[in-house]
Amino acid sequence: MEFKDYYTTLGIDRNATQDEVKRGYRKLARKYHPDINKEATAEERFKAIGEAYEVLQDVEKRAAYDKFGKDWKAGQDFKPPPDWDSGFEFTGGGYTETDASQFSDFFESLFGAQGAGGTRQQGPFAGQHTRYSGKGQDLHAKIVIHLEDSYRGSKQSLTLQRPAVDESGHVITRPHTLQVSIPKGITEGQQIRLTGQGAEGMGGGGNGDLFLEVAFAAHKHFVPDNRDIMLTLPISPWEAALGATVPVPTLGGTVDLKIAPNSQTGKKLRLKGRGLCSAKLSGNQYITLAIMVPKPVTDKDSELYNRMKEAMSFNPRSHLGV
Amino acid sequence: MTTELQYTIIDENCEYSLRELCTLCKVHAQFIQDLIDEGILSPQGQDPREWRFAAIEIKRIQVSIRLQEDLRINLPGTALALDLLDEIQELRRSKSHLEQLYALTNRVD
Repeated sequence: MEFKDYYTTLGIDRNATQDEVKRGYRKLARKYHPDINKEATAEERFKAIGEAYEVLQDVEKRAAYDKFGKDWKAGQDFKPPPDWDSGFEFTGGGYTETDASQFSDFFESLFGAQGAGGTRQQGPFAGQHTRYSGKGQDLHAKIVIHLEDSYRGSKQSLTLQRPAVDESGHVITRPHTLQVSIPKGITEGQQIRLTGQGAEGMGGGGNGDLFLEVAFAAHKHFVPDNRDIMLTLPISPWEAALGATVPVPTLGGTVDLKIAPNSQTGKKLRLKGRGLCSAKLSGNQYITLAIMVPKPVTDKDSELYNRMKEAMSFNPRSHLGV
Repeated sequence: MTTELQYTIIDENCEYSLRELCTLCKVHAQFIQDLIDEGILSPQGQDPREWRFAAIEIKRIQVSIRLQEDLRINLPGTALALDLLDEIQELRRSKSHLEQLYALTNRVD
């Protein structure tokens, strides 16, 4: 088991005051909240920050944790000594509203699963939650897919840590693998709701639901904009000047695109229905032209440029009055 | 354990009544009313019984709950955060588009 340096996690000194602990936590919680921070590691960081705060905000837990001293480094192999917590009582401590079922093995080995405050159900909406339906809580997770998965539709395997309550009433997590069908034409930010795949209910209540929010992995060429796909397409100066039919990659394979004579960089063209299309809604692919000027490599190349310079009267800066 | 599942897609096709929205998000109607008063949600229709909510509203409700619980943001703050998040998303999109163009112009052939 890895040692967790809770002080480093919160970006504070070991001798920080309780106020500084709170400030450090709030600052980082805002920064790494998964609804705000779009980095892939944000959720993990946010959980780690919550766990660190759970320990350090409580004077008793902090004092017990501090017994390990400053010689421990994060990631070091760690096993708590058998009597490490003698003299400390963790019952009735001030627990936060952090989702405790997500805490690390390190936390559990020190403070036990019962040392954790509980789940989101204990937040300000908890009463409504349980009274309203008696169900297990809803779970929210993100699923990162490729644009191609949405274009064609696909199946994804996903393993989630699902909170449950064991026979003795402790909150535990169980790995749960799901085969999720990704429907054709799903877009970023849309949710797939899996009924009954949330946390287990208590006292005979049914399971909560699982909401999977779709995010797209960055694509080498394409940028999605809702149902539309954006692509910047490089073309040669002669294709731009004289017009041409050029091949264009799309999510469904290469297609031919007609470029009109006298096209300029920035001109936008549309390939209808080549975006992310669902059964009822369709998207397009938009192509922005970008003229690439070939580098003169041989003497003949330079001669060609010189001939153009002499033969064509062209001032690209006339609109600037120079 | 591997399970084959039934699912619902919450997309632009979906529309919800106030009751459906409350069931789906597990919140009281008063909470929805508060979000409407703050301009976070904007249903179609005049009377609460006629209200129709677009699918996008579900995510706004879920994010509102999380921001309030996790960061202790009050309702006006939540509304501001949601607006800024929308704007950031739009800017990120334009940025990736421009980066694509920039990468092309700096391409070494």
